[in-house]
Amino acid sequence: MAVALQELSKEKIREIIAKRAAKEFQNGDVVTLGIGLPTAVADYVPEGINVTFQSENGLLGVGKSQKGDFIDKKIINAGGGYVEAKKGASFYDSQMAFTMMRGGHIDATVLGALQVDEEGSLASWLIPGKFVPGMGGSMDLVVGAKKVIVAMEHTSKGQIKIVKKCNLPLTAYREVNLIITERCVFHVTPQGLVMTDINPMFSVEDIKESVTADFTVSDNLQYMEI
Amino acid sequence: MKKIISAKEAANMIKDGSSIMVGGFLSCGTPDKIIDELVKLNVSDLTMICNDTSTPGNDRGKLIENRQVKKVIASHIGTNPETGRQMHDGEIEVELVPMGTLIEKIRAKGTGLGGVLTPTGVGTIIEEDKQTMTIDGKKYIFEKPLGADFALIYGTKVDRYGNVSFEGTTRNHNTIMATAAETVIVQADELVDCLDPNEVVIPGLFIDYVVAGEEN
Repeated sequence: MAVALQELSKEKIREIIAKRAAKEFQNGDVVTLGIGLPTAVADYVPEGINVTFQSENGLLGVGKSQKGDFIDKKIINAGGGYVEAKKGASFYDSQMAFTMMRGGHIDATVLGALQVDEEGSLASWLIPGKFVPGMGGSMDLVVGAKKVIVAMEHTSKGQIKIVKKCNLPLTAYREVNLIITERCVFHVTPQGLVMTDINPMFSVEDIKESVTADFTVSDNLQYMEI
Repeated sequence: MKKIISAKEAANMIKDGSSIMVGGFLSCGTPDKIIDELVKLNVSDLTMICNDTSTPGNDRGKLIENRQVKKVIASHIGTNPETGRQMHDGEIEVELVPMGTLIEKIRAKGTGLGGVLTPTGVGTIIEEDKQTMTIDGKKYIFEKPLGADFALIYGTKVDRYGNVSFEGTTRNHNTIMATAAETVIVQADELVDCLDPNEVVIPGLFIDYVVAGEEN
C-alpha cells in the first residue's frame, strides 16, 4: 500500500476523484460545488451531459474562470474567484440562493469533508481549538440537496477520515449519499456503507485497513478510472 | 427624496458599541468606502453582522484588524486568519451561523416574523440550547430574528428616491439587510436621478441615506 500511495500525486488524486464524482451527474442537473477539490469536478463533466452550476453567492450558470482583460469584478464564485456568467445565467440574492439550496431545488452537491461516518454524517467545518473557518453555506446545502456527494482524499496525512462515528463537530447528521476518494467509492445505504468502486491499485484489504467504518462490498464492484 | 451624504457623514452616525450589518460576500458588493471611514474614525466595540470577515487588508477585514469589533456574527471567518487569531486569543467573540440561517434570521426581523424554523443544523452543535419543533415528522430548529442599529449596504446604481439596483453577484446579503436595521445606508457605485422601476431590486422605502461612491 505504501508503494501505491507514493505513485499517486496530489494532482492525480484530484483527477481520479473529480472524474468519478462528475459521473454522478444526470443531464439537466443543477449542481453546487464546494470549495477546493470539489471545484475541479466541473472540468470532468462527461460529454453529452449538460450541468448547470449554482453558486451560493448569487449566480446560477457559473462559467469559466476569468483572467486578465475579461474580468468583471462584480461577478465572482463562492471562492471569490472571477468567473463568467454563462448564457442563460441569473443573479440573485442570498435569500434566493438558500431557497435553492435548502429548499430542495439542487440536484446534487459535491463537497469536501474532514470526516464522514458509516451513518452518512459528515464533519467539515471545525476542529475545536485548531481550525475554525465556519460552516458558510455547507450546512444548509447538505440538508437541502437531493444528492450529497463527499469528494475527499481517502486519508489526511495518514489519518483515517472514513470512520464509524465522527468525533469532530458535525456539519449534518445522516445526509451523505456517496463518498468518493482516490481509492474507492462508498454508497451510504440504510444497511450501512457499500463499496461499489475500487481503484485497481488497491485491494479490498487495503481499504479495510484505511477506514474504521464497517462496510460491505458490492457484488458488482467496479474498477475506478485512474 | 433621500438624503445624499458622504461616506464620512455615514460613518459619523455610528457610535462606539453600535451593532452594524454589513453587506458583501468577500469583497463583492460591500460598502467599502463607508468602512474605510469607520476605520479612520476608529469607532470601537462594534457588533458586526456579516456573511464573512472578508480577507486581510480589505473592507470588513480592516475593521477586524483595527480591533474595532467586539463581536462578529458571521457564517465564515476562514478567509481572514486575523479573525480566527483574535477569537483564539479571546479578543473577539465570534458567533458562527449557517449562511442560510443567518439570512433567514435577518429576513425574519425585516419582515416582522417572530423567527424561523429550519432543518439546517439539526443533530449538530448548532441545535444546542435552542428550541426545536417537529412538524409532520421532521425536526426543525427555531431561530430568532436578528436586527441591528445600522445596515451598511452596497448598490450598483441608486437613485435619489433610494431605489437600489445591482449588477452581477453584488446582491448577496444587501437586499435582506436593508429591511432589518434602524438606519439603512447604501453606498452607490453610481447615483442616478431616477431608476427605471423595472430595474429596482430594493424599493427606496427601506433606505434612509445614500452615499454616492464617486462623489466622495
